[in-house]
Amino acid sequence: MSQLRPASIMESGSVGGKIVNDFCITFSTVNGSGSATANTIILKSLFRMGIPVNGKNIFPSNIQGLPTWYSIRLSKKGYLARVEMDHIVVAMNPATLATEMQFLVPGGVLFYPDDFKVDLGREDVILYPMPVKRLIKEADAPQNLRDYMANMVYVGVVAQMLGIDLGIIYQVLDAHFKGKKKAVESNWSVIQAAANWAKENLEKRDPYYVEPMPPMEGYIITEGNVASALGALYGGVQLTAWYPITPASSLAESVMEYLPQLRTDPETGKTTCVVIQAEDEIAAIGMAVGAGWAGLRAMTSTSGPGISLMAEYLGLAYYAEVPVVVWDVQRVGPSTGLPTRTAQGDLTFVNFISHGDTEYVILLPGNVKECFEFGWKSFDIAERLQTPVIILSDLDLGMNYHISPRFEYPDQPMDRGKVLWEEDLEKMLQKLDGKWGRYLDVDGDGIPYRTLPGNRHPASAYFARGTGHDEMTRYSEDPDVWERGLNRLKRKIHNNLHLLPEPVIERMEGAKFAIIGFGSTDPAIQEARDLLAEAGFPTDYMRIRSLPFRNEVGGFLEQYDHAYVVELNRDGQLKQLLTINFPESGSRLRQVSHVDGMPMTAKWIVERILSMEDK
Amino acid sequence: MTTQAAPKTQVNLVGLSRADYKGHNSTLCAGCGHNSISNQIIAALYELNVVPETVVKFSGIGCSSKSPTYFLNRSFGFNGLHGRMPSLALGALFADHTLKGIGVSGDGDTASIGMGQFKHVVRRNLPMVYIVENNGVYGLTKGQFSATAERGLELKRQGVNKYFPVDICMEALIGRASFVARSFAGDPKQVKEIFKAAFSHRGIAVIDIISPCVTFHNKEDSFHSYTWGKEHEIALHDITYVPARDEITIEDFEEGSVREVTLHDGATIVLKKLDRDYDPTNIYEALRVLHEAEDNNWLLTGILYVNPNTPTIFDMYNLPETPLNRLPAEKLRPSRESFERLMKSMEF
Repeated sequence: MSQLRPASIMESGSVGGKIVNDFCITFSTVNGSGSATANTIILKSLFRMGIPVNGKNIFPSNIQGLPTWYSIRLSKKGYLARVEMDHIVVAMNPATLATEMQFLVPGGVLFYPDDFKVDLGREDVILYPMPVKRLIKEADAPQNLRDYMANMVYVGVVAQMLGIDLGIIYQVLDAHFKGKKKAVESNWSVIQAAANWAKENLEKRDPYYVEPMPPMEGYIITEGNVASALGALYGGVQLTAWYPITPASSLAESVMEYLPQLRTDPETGKTTCVVIQAEDEIAAIGMAVGAGWAGLRAMTSTSGPGISLMAEYLGLAYYAEVPVVVWDVQRVGPSTGLPTRTAQGDLTFVNFISHGDTEYVILLPGNVKECFEFGWKSFDIAERLQTPVIILSDLDLGMNYHISPRFEYPDQPMDRGKVLWEEDLEKMLQKLDGKWGRYLDVDGDGIPYRTLPGNRHPASAYFARGTGHDEMTRYSEDPDVWERGLNRLKRKIHNNLHLLPEPVIERMEGAKFAIIGFGSTDPAIQEARDLLAEAGFPTDYMRIRSLPFRNEVGGFLEQYDHAYVVELNRDGQLKQLLTINFPESGSRLRQVSHVDGMPMTAKWIVERILSMEDK
Repeated sequence: MTTQAAPKTQVNLVGLSRADYKGHNSTLCAGCGHNSISNQIIAALYELNVVPETVVKFSGIGCSSKSPTYFLNRSFGFNGLHGRMPSLALGALFADHTLKGIGVSGDGDTASIGMGQFKHVVRRNLPMVYIVENNGVYGLTKGQFSATAERGLELKRQGVNKYFPVDICMEALIGRASFVARSFAGDPKQVKEIFKAAFSHRGIAVIDIISPCVTFHNKEDSFHSYTWGKEHEIALHDITYVPARDEITIEDFEEGSVREVTLHDGATIVLKKLDRDYDPTNIYEALRVLHEAEDNNWLLTGILYVNPNTPTIFDMYNLPETPLNRLPAEKLRPSRESFERLMKSMEF
């Protein structure tokens, strides 16, 4: 596997074969030591040099003291999934040196503070000790910032040794601190001193180099949760109710961050959107459902435990036909589980959530660009269909930086759906001889017209409830009425599947089988397909982006002798849902799934598929 | 013989008749205290000249929560989930801050499953009337203890209640409610007057109304029964609500015996002292009289506490005058220029 090829070790002990822009560097630090700034600056600098990069936070559920890692993969070919081994480790945490050795490739590189006792038990590693304490002392950093500044030492040393453009580092630093002179200069002085020290004192013995590539025009770098929040703000979200939970908090916090600049009415100086931190997820969804019912574009964002608490209101919203958008940034396990690790484990739960017959529109963004796009589109779908829309992101997509083509400004006007204000209602009443009802299927498409609180027309009001109700919103326990209503809800969504994002289908010539996936596993699957093709197994690929499944999904499945469903959960949840929905194709689907908290790798996918192909 | 004109339906200042405030027929048990409360809400809103379309009704689950369908058919309403009416109301009222909420809950809905949301909506001072129709028993599930049932109460099938009751007024006071009152469904005149004052209050107005369950909990010696209530009720003061537009205020009251509280809309509640000069702006006094009532087994009714100057949740957000749900799409989608700037900033 090309991306994991270790440096070849020469007989002399030096390492040959220059490796440019194609390796993985991991920064091992202690949680709470402020390394995020340093890591982000390196990541963004590489991106500015035109190099495709991805950064992954591997962090514990802890505020301070436990080990944490940040891995940056550089890939000139543009492969941005996680890799399983490191080529370079910057070890700032003495407690985890043994762990680092398990992941460092033969001939790998270790940067470390020179006061660490290094007893690695292997000879092949290229060592670069860094005089961290001395450089910090010389930089005259304030006592309370010394640990933090130590991170800037490795920024300077690593930049010098790999060839990261220092001028670009300065630009990124300046942007990071939003031009705050003092912060920029104090960090910069350490970076510069460290780079100078490395230039004068370290001899380059490793093969890893960073070289500028053509600028990535039209590309940006951001986190999924920021993209989702911006999507919501450009989608006109008016009420966000939320409760803190990893890894979803930064979504609502990003809404708050961008709210003043994006959603203050220039004419009145007033806000057009409110954010409320609720007392829990049960209240958060209650607020969002109340607001959605009353005509606001309303949303909440949470993770699995929060979704569990939202089950009952989601069911009521489905049945009372209330538009609302719910983001589930997935993490591992029930209860606390592995709260800082990633998974795709909520798919079946969300699909079947709440009691009685329900069915939810679920959107499955596969990259940050889709987080933005689905962020605004979800409101159009929710309001058009008068139903909850749940968007499944995950920690990897949501909390890590990803490079992406620039987002596109919404290409469709807002669709507020079938809403009747005073004059509309008057016309409707005339058309229907006064016989309008909130749940009456006037157009025959299953979607009724709704009125909103605040409508002053004397015939506008209705009483919303989960209790049995007829088309005119009257209380009813009549069996026919119940069944009629429930069947219309089904029809309403299935008549309008064309509103949901279609699957992305990519083909290769001579494909023998297909791969099916969704969400954040896309980069790993894309890379795996190239590796499989090299191994003589070209593949077709369908990335599903919404549920209920559009017709194209079933059509795709019929075309293959067999297909592998790749996902980040134990039970193969997407495969389960495909099997239920397309039973005739179910026996031809093969499960390629696992969950260990880490993002999917191409290597794992390839090995699994090849092992099954052998059989 | 002179021709007799068809009898004119009496209308209020907004040109509506009492019928315009009515709801569907009640499906609760005959004699249920909740029906009496619904009737007083109808009467109060008619007398207050409130346009029904400016009111939104909310409820949770239980007998009490069915009652919003028995008044104000011309108002929007949402029957939500057990104990989760407050969050629903909060979200909905943000859509149009000019609307007034009326929430109807019960003792199970508020004091058990809904305790958290109750305390938080109170703390946020959402402008709505929050009525608890409190009967100390679960009616719809046929007679289990609620959290407000008094200790030692005996119910068929349930045995004897072991736990201390939750006092909704105390919880509201500690939670910083800006209006707290208690009434008794068997005293319709007081229910109406307190409701009027609560409706005119700008902020959360909690009214705990002891509303006997005639079917499952009306033992003569119990706190939530009619007989007990009638015998033990001590009204803090006679309350006459005087709308701001009506100048004929307080002639009927002896000088020195009234305590006026001016509400946000300029209306005034006049509290007539019965046996004490009760100050409803004094939260220490409110808590003291509640403890005293508990010690003495009194059903203390009246407006226990009012603070008309507490900022509401809407004061805490920079909301436009136009209701949020009337804002056109162009006010909601940020400009293309702002988008270009953002994309530029993300190149780093």
